[in-house]
Amino acid sequence: MKSWDNITKIAFSVNEGKSSAVDLVKESLKRINEASEYDAIISLTKDRALERAKMIDDGVSQGQNMGRLAGVPFIAKDNFLTFGGETTAASNILKGFNAPYQASAIEKLEAEGAIVVAKANLDAFAHGASTENSDFMITKNPHDKTRVPGGSSGGSAASVVLGLAPFSIGTDTGGSIRQPAAFSGCVGLKPTYGLVSRSGVVAMASSTDCIGPMTKTVGEASLILDIMSGRDPLDSTTIEKDTLGYIGADSDLKGKKIGLVKEYFDDSLNSEIKDSIDELIVKLKSAGAEIKDVSLPILPSALAVYYILCPAEVSSNLSRYDGQRFGYSYEGAKDLNESYAESRARGFGREAKRRIIIGTYVLSSGYYDAYYKKAQLVRTKIVNDFNDAFRSVDFLLGPVAPTQAFKIGEKSNDPLAMYLSDVMTVAPNLAGISSITIPIDMKNNLPVAVQLMAAQKHDRSLLGAARKVEELA
Amino acid sequence: MVKLSKEEILKLANLAQLKLTSDEVSEFSSELSLILDYVSHLDTIDVEGLLPTYQVTGLENVTREDIKIDYKVDKKQLMSNLPSSKDGQIQVKRMIG
Repeated sequence: MKSWDNITKIAFSVNEGKSSAVDLVKESLKRINEASEYDAIISLTKDRALERAKMIDDGVSQGQNMGRLAGVPFIAKDNFLTFGGETTAASNILKGFNAPYQASAIEKLEAEGAIVVAKANLDAFAHGASTENSDFMITKNPHDKTRVPGGSSGGSAASVVLGLAPFSIGTDTGGSIRQPAAFSGCVGLKPTYGLVSRSGVVAMASSTDCIGPMTKTVGEASLILDIMSGRDPLDSTTIEKDTLGYIGADSDLKGKKIGLVKEYFDDSLNSEIKDSIDELIVKLKSAGAEIKDVSLPILPSALAVYYILCPAEVSSNLSRYDGQRFGYSYEGAKDLNESYAESRARGFGREAKRRIIIGTYVLSSGYYDAYYKKAQLVRTKIVNDFNDAFRSVDFLLGPVAPTQAFKIGEKSNDPLAMYLSDVMTVAPNLAGISSITIPIDMKNNLPVAVQLMAAQKHDRSLLGAARKVEELA
Repeated sequence: MVKLSKEEILKLANLAQLKLTSDEVSEFSSELSLILDYVSHLDTIDVEGLLPTYQVTGLENVTREDIKIDYKVDKKQLMSNLPSSKDGQIQVKRMIG
């Protein structure tokens, strides 16, 4: 696992003409090739990446500043629309799809000189917590090839940890950035809902889908968020970025109140993870933080809310894959209805179908009030519990998942067990608050991480505090 | 416990324009019953006086000026993704059997 210089240092060096973007892209492509046994990558965007790198080197030689990410290679989860290759969302139904436009997040990163070199593996359509639901391959954990890297952004997490590129980006609908960051051992940020545009990202559950960076350090995650965030006319749910941006936030914890989420420290939590967090708590106290126990009584119901709302939104968002305008289409159909039903039957994997059926059920007349509407009402209680908690503390702290990375195959035949992997990550999505995974320890040669949460639009102070956690750990 | 019969699964699949194999139908019938059973404890939660949360950041009726926007999507690239086309149009199978 070779490492890269800090992203800011790389870009500085490129802008100074001391390193070449072409060399950086070639180095990244070489490392991807060498690490192919981990199956982190679905496809390369090699030709376009080298073209863009040359363009950046040429700009530098003409005396231009090519941006805060000049020549920095990165890897995008394959549910971001990008030029230079296919965008599949790891699903057979999108195999061969060439995006006619790019995601806004990609455009913003490119405008600062960053270069997409490859597309990372994921659970198809981001449905999963292990990447085992990818229609193409299973990504391996960088620390132990018999274990999962987490998911759904498992390829993105593994890429950063394996050093395939200096950073990657992922999506988090119920934990899909934070959980693989914890399992693989990198920083993963789920910002406040709406802070990064969803335009050009394959939609999963639109009311909780978030986009965020996966990096080696908190400081680098701050830089990437600073670049990707802000209002976008192409996504009407986007919000303004912090007027101060996200770089250089105050990391002093003196007098800050950190709440330990009581419901996340129950018997289901692995005792070794608990021990690591206890050690961190001692350090946080000596750094001047005030640690309090906080209870959010509704949290044990968050997963049930999520597994009603998420499939409901999934069933709606996946209705666009009809085999008529793009993606896989079954040729043998005799009429349009058969073409829809057969294209979807052959193009979607098992988990997508499962979610379409659950979603259709909870939205169907007669069941809508009992499931969908009830879940949205309980969601209000989740929002209220977080609001109450953030009236008495600045941040909430807890584990990211009840266990460390599990074995490949351990949960793949039990959908409910797999859903339970999200039990500690879904609530922040339902409330739209910001949350970040920070690795704090290694146990059994596998990473241990914590999740630090802050109220909506407090991403800046969250990143400051996260930097301190990183430093103390 | 909520039980989803095979007939109900088939009806839902039909509503979702999705053909399922008989294996999938019986698998989903048992799995989905378990999942619905898991989520059914929400029944017991008191939500008296609360309003449902459909969006979380408080934005409402986000509008923009009603002007033409030059949205740079390459038509050729869009067309290249069509499974079947004729004279620059999307071609589909016949609608009435």
